[in-house]
Amino acid sequence: MSFNQLYIFVGDLLPFLPDQIVFIFSGLSMAVTICTFILGIGAIYTWFERRVLAKFQSRVGPNRWGPFGLLQPIADAIKLILKEDIIPRAADKSVFIAAPIIFLATTLLVYSFIPIGDDSQLGGLNVALLFVLGITSINALTVFMAGWASKNKYAILGSIRAVAMLISYEVPMAVSLMGVVMLSESLSLVDIVNSQSSMPFILIQPLGALTFLIAAIAEMSRAPFDMVEAESELIGGYQTEYAGMKFAVFQLSEFLAPIFTAAFFTVLFLGGDSGFSFIPGIIWFASKTFLVTSILLWFRATWPRLRIDQIMGFAWKVLMPAAILNTLLVGLEIVFLNENYLLQILINSIVVCIFIYLIANILGQKKLILRNPVPSELANMDAN
Amino acid sequence: MSVNNELVTVNFGPQHPSMHGVFRMRVTLDGETIVDIEPVFGYLHRGTEKLAEERTYVQIVTLTDRLDYVASMSNNLAYVSAVEKLCSIEVPKRAKYIRVIVAELQRIASHLMATGFLLQDLGAFGTPLMYCFREREKILDLFEILCGARITLSYMRPGGIFQDTPNEFWSELETFMDNIPGQINELESLITGNEIVLSRTRNIGVLSPEDVINGSLSGPMLRASRVKWDLRKANPYEIYDELDFEIPIGATGDTFDRYLVRVKEMKESIKIINQCVKLIKPGPVRNEDVPLVIRAPENEAYAAVEGPKGELGFYLVSDGGISPYRCKIRAPSFMNLTLLKEMAIGGKIGDLIVNFGSIDIVLGEVDR
Repeated sequence: MSFNQLYIFVGDLLPFLPDQIVFIFSGLSMAVTICTFILGIGAIYTWFERRVLAKFQSRVGPNRWGPFGLLQPIADAIKLILKEDIIPRAADKSVFIAAPIIFLATTLLVYSFIPIGDDSQLGGLNVALLFVLGITSINALTVFMAGWASKNKYAILGSIRAVAMLISYEVPMAVSLMGVVMLSESLSLVDIVNSQSSMPFILIQPLGALTFLIAAIAEMSRAPFDMVEAESELIGGYQTEYAGMKFAVFQLSEFLAPIFTAAFFTVLFLGGDSGFSFIPGIIWFASKTFLVTSILLWFRATWPRLRIDQIMGFAWKVLMPAAILNTLLVGLEIVFLNENYLLQILINSIVVCIFIYLIANILGQKKLILRNPVPSELANMDAN
Repeated sequence: MSVNNELVTVNFGPQHPSMHGVFRMRVTLDGETIVDIEPVFGYLHRGTEKLAEERTYVQIVTLTDRLDYVASMSNNLAYVSAVEKLCSIEVPKRAKYIRVIVAELQRIASHLMATGFLLQDLGAFGTPLMYCFREREKILDLFEILCGARITLSYMRPGGIFQDTPNEFWSELETFMDNIPGQINELESLITGNEIVLSRTRNIGVLSPEDVINGSLSGPMLRASRVKWDLRKANPYEIYDELDFEIPIGATGDTFDRYLVRVKEMKESIKIINQCVKLIKPGPVRNEDVPLVIRAPENEAYAAVEGPKGELGFYLVSDGGISPYRCKIRAPSFMNLTLLKEMAIGGKIGDLIVNFGSIDIVLGEVDR
């Protein structure tokens, strides 16, 4: 049920109420529903991520509270709420308190625009794609607020990294979405899903999907781009000075980010809730999102972190050309191969393979050949 | 508009997730680039050398456990070698074999720790570290069978080892030796070809052969910089001259080579243990003539072994009493740390952490 439906329903049910009250009432009830649902999903996801990471690392993972440790998120929340809420004496108090709230608010806000079924919760906003991109950019600001207000050197270093990285990766991310917009001829997420009914966009423009996925991982600063927090370097990055509930809010937003990214990716490239009709759309949507989250989790469990200059170089040297190439290809194909999807898939898959091969050989480590070790003559015990 | 560029001084440590204990670096940063490093030692200073002057020669073995606490066997071996040299004590053949076996097991355990924590410092979220810890646990289980302890072992005594091996040790060792090559290959397949690991470690923290020799470095740090020097070959102690093994060296002396040398050394250790298991024969494991309270002759002795981290030496001076007049420990971690500044200046913060991790220090040994 979307906001519009609820609004009309409440208006018909209680016709004597003034219009403003109906609007506020339906808005608030919608917000409470979405927040509760999303936070519940987030709590379950924290359990899932920790359990699966533990399996990756041949550990057990949380298994004490409830069956298979399912109550662990509740125990964590209770612990974090009961902890002392420390605000450093030198901190900029208002900004310090505002940062986690804005962080969580923006994360929750974008969920409202994900279309599940034929409509999203806040109705089919006709520029939803642009809106989501705009809202997610606020992340860079909140991270900087948190780091700057903490008056901690690690936090400031982390937030400087965050601003540099997040702003860089927004460019290839936005450009990689051009292909989607061109193919569906709309900025509305509902229209994008509907235009993928015959063929999901990941097949038509794999390069765009790949670029978007990588840029999105960087946007939410997860491994291998997790240098904003970079535990082994900056302790906690911008979160270093946060404790108790504020820390919990940051953590929760961070656990919500991959779910949103996966859902967004599902909408843009995997055809949203479309699938074989005998299975309901919501199940299609959930399983596709789950698949993408699992892939993100797999990346996190396996890969080390890149260095800051490598991360910035990757954005501008690899992702930016890839995004532009994708836009160019899709544009040319729309003009010349009108809706001949099979030929487009063939051409684009070949282009992706060539592109990855070239990048790996030009910028990768393959050009550095492992030399055979030659003992130095300075202290060679075989020499005498 | 003019841009003010100010240097920032940041304390890394003593409480920091990747400081491997309580080491502290006062780092001056220009943005992300490192301008200066000032290491601050001594947060874990426990006066081991001074304590040794108040203990009998056998009691000091327990002190050595707490130096490099991830490689207690090597510390024990180095110390008892020094005492045996000081007092000219003969060691039975079987004890020597067992000592070599446990020392090489300890080397594998220590290198596993070093590799795991290097990857942890690189930002791999725990997975390689946990793989390493899983194998290290098995080695600690073997040690538990031998002497009941897992970390602070105190297994060796001047003149041999504390007791002969229980029977189940050999079957457990065999199972372990059957599995460990596969596990090391698995670890290597996860790390060695990884693009991100290569780009983070290749040509980072390069040390030339001149640098490492002038810095008096030893162990994998030295060998990664193309200097072929290993006390097990250069000055064979125990029974290393009867065994057949290679000394792996690195090609360029960067962080990746230091990792690769450690992995290769683990494989060589496996070869050594397998040979020892074949060659070992029943017999006494302890020289029964050595009294519990050793009264060393008025003399001095230096004995060194190739520990997992480098040349671990004990210099003992005796005035004829029941405890040494002076006990000087040459700690390889401390020596290896001296070139950190050369490796890290001009690099990024990420490089500093990785270089530091590739040195593989244990604070118990650095601060003593």
